[in-house]
Amino acid sequence: MSEPILEVRGLKKSYGTVTAVDGVSFAVSGGVCFGLLGPNGAGKTTTIEIMEGILSATSGEVSYRGEPLGRRSREDSGILFQKTALQDFLTVRQSLTLFRHLYARGHSVDALIKLCALEKLQNRDTRKLSGGQQQRLLLAIALANDPAVLFLDEPTTGLDPQARRNFWELVQSIKASRKTIILTTHYMEEAELLCDEIAIMDGGRIIAQGGPRQLLREHFAEVLLELPKQEFPGSARALPLRLFEAGELIEITTDDLDSTLRSLMDARVPLTNLRIRPPNLEDLFLELTGKALRA
Amino acid sequence: MMQRLLAVWHARNLEFVRDRGTLLFTLVVPIALVVGMGIVFGGPERPLFKVGVLSTHVAQESHPFLHERYVDFVPVTDRADAIRKVGRHQLDLLFDPKDGAHYWVNTESPKGYIVEKLLLAADHGAVREPVTGSAVRYVDFLFPGVLGMNMMFSCLFGVGYVVLRYRKSGFLKRLHATPLTPFEFLSAQVLSRLSLVMLVTLILYCGVAPIIRFHAAGSLLLLLLIAVMGALSLIALGLTIAARFSSDELVGGVLNLMTWPMMLLSGIWYSLEGAPHWVRLLAQVFPLTHILNAARAVTIDGAGIYQVAPDLAYLALTALAFLAFGAWSFRWRID
Repeated sequence: MSEPILEVRGLKKSYGTVTAVDGVSFAVSGGVCFGLLGPNGAGKTTTIEIMEGILSATSGEVSYRGEPLGRRSREDSGILFQKTALQDFLTVRQSLTLFRHLYARGHSVDALIKLCALEKLQNRDTRKLSGGQQQRLLLAIALANDPAVLFLDEPTTGLDPQARRNFWELVQSIKASRKTIILTTHYMEEAELLCDEIAIMDGGRIIAQGGPRQLLREHFAEVLLELPKQEFPGSARALPLRLFEAGELIEITTDDLDSTLRSLMDARVPLTNLRIRPPNLEDLFLELTGKALRA
Repeated sequence: MMQRLLAVWHARNLEFVRDRGTLLFTLVVPIALVVGMGIVFGGPERPLFKVGVLSTHVAQESHPFLHERYVDFVPVTDRADAIRKVGRHQLDLLFDPKDGAHYWVNTESPKGYIVEKLLLAADHGAVREPVTGSAVRYVDFLFPGVLGMNMMFSCLFGVGYVVLRYRKSGFLKRLHATPLTPFEFLSAQVLSRLSLVMLVTLILYCGVAPIIRFHAAGSLLLLLLIAVMGALSLIALGLTIAARFSSDELVGGVLNLMTWPMMLLSGIWYSLEGAPHWVRLLAQVFPLTHILNAARAVTIDGAGIYQVAPDLAYLALTALAFLAFGAWSFRWRID
């Protein structure tokens, strides 16, 4: 890990009586993909927009390469917002040309088109792009200045699984060029695949931070058992097990699989539909907050 | 069906009532227009003729012509200027009661013909001074007004709504994430709209002028300069309106509040000669008044740059002031 490229200290943002971000602090090292995870309303977008320099904080500070945010950080940042509209009646190439000209340096338009696989779309009106194509164009725009830091705010929300995987491949290729990426998402699969380090947010605060594997190791030395809720007898809920409800499932984490299975059988819990798997980030979130991630 | 209709009707009403800015302007604009028009055009019945009166210091009250009804007697001090206005039909007749009454009348003016009959009926000894030079046709007066009005709508609504649409769609937020500054963005909008407005105005001028046989007495280059300065001032005014707001209806209300007084008081359709002093004073606030004053001075009187310099200076100053205010109050995003 290299020196921190971005540092966030005591960040707070309030809208009237509502506190969106409540004393968040963390540092992002150069060349890593840092994920801000959490449910809708956790404060991820507010935090990332303050880091981007387009939203002011109520208190706290963000520094880029040891300096307060300013023209340098803006010149060095590439941003993909959760929702972005482009100028009407422009083609993909014209939109890219517009944004490329807003920066002193960066990739050529042809390079951006190639980088984000937009060759066949370059003369298409941007209003006629599909969701996945639109996100590829917005990623190309975010890369127009060949940024040192790339902010991706929920970049795959609303995309179909195929478009999402295509987008992940693009981000992985960008990661390979050692750019620093700040990613917000509520898709745990996305975070596990792309992020080197994550911070889980809830209620405007960071409730856990570290590498995905490290966090899972810290919180789970065990496996996870899933059973259909409708088959789970009420009496078994009193068993001395670490039990969580997740939608239509009952999840049990344990480091002693044999004794847990014995307890379940003794309580006459049907095990026909039992599924055993290693815990993931979503389980970690449930463990930490006790509520479903996408609620 | 009625239930669905009522549900949508109710939701829309809630949206409208809760958008306080829009509600305010929706109520304020028509009330302000009615009150304004009532003040400007209300009062006693309008006179039919307009007569300039020289030598008002003389006890002219005794002259029987000055007691005629439906004639608006306007005191004038500059004889040469008043004679020119008779030639342009801005005055139907010029009357000097001093030392045996004299009057100047445009021999080609129908209203001048009638008001002359009234004068001679009251004082058959009045000495006639026919005004030489061709009369200004109404179309020659109106053409710069129509061009100015078109510029006003294009500048105010074109810029105001475009910036609003950018803000609402999030495009401005995306631009905000780049090194682009508000001044750069606003200047680009000004230049873009200026090019468009000038192109349209030139096409209109070149297309219509030969058809209506419109001839500018003064320099076309000076006319172009007036159009550029005027468009800059109006575009910058449009930007100040679009700088902050995020509601279509609110921006529409404010733009109407700007355009209607200019439509009525800037002299697009008629001269404000004879209007109450405060109305003429108020009209001087509007950029369109200065555009039309300067344009007509050039096209009708053949004025040079020194004569229209005060109007040009006003347009330049307002353009700078509006642009500075717009850049200062500009918001990239909806909070």
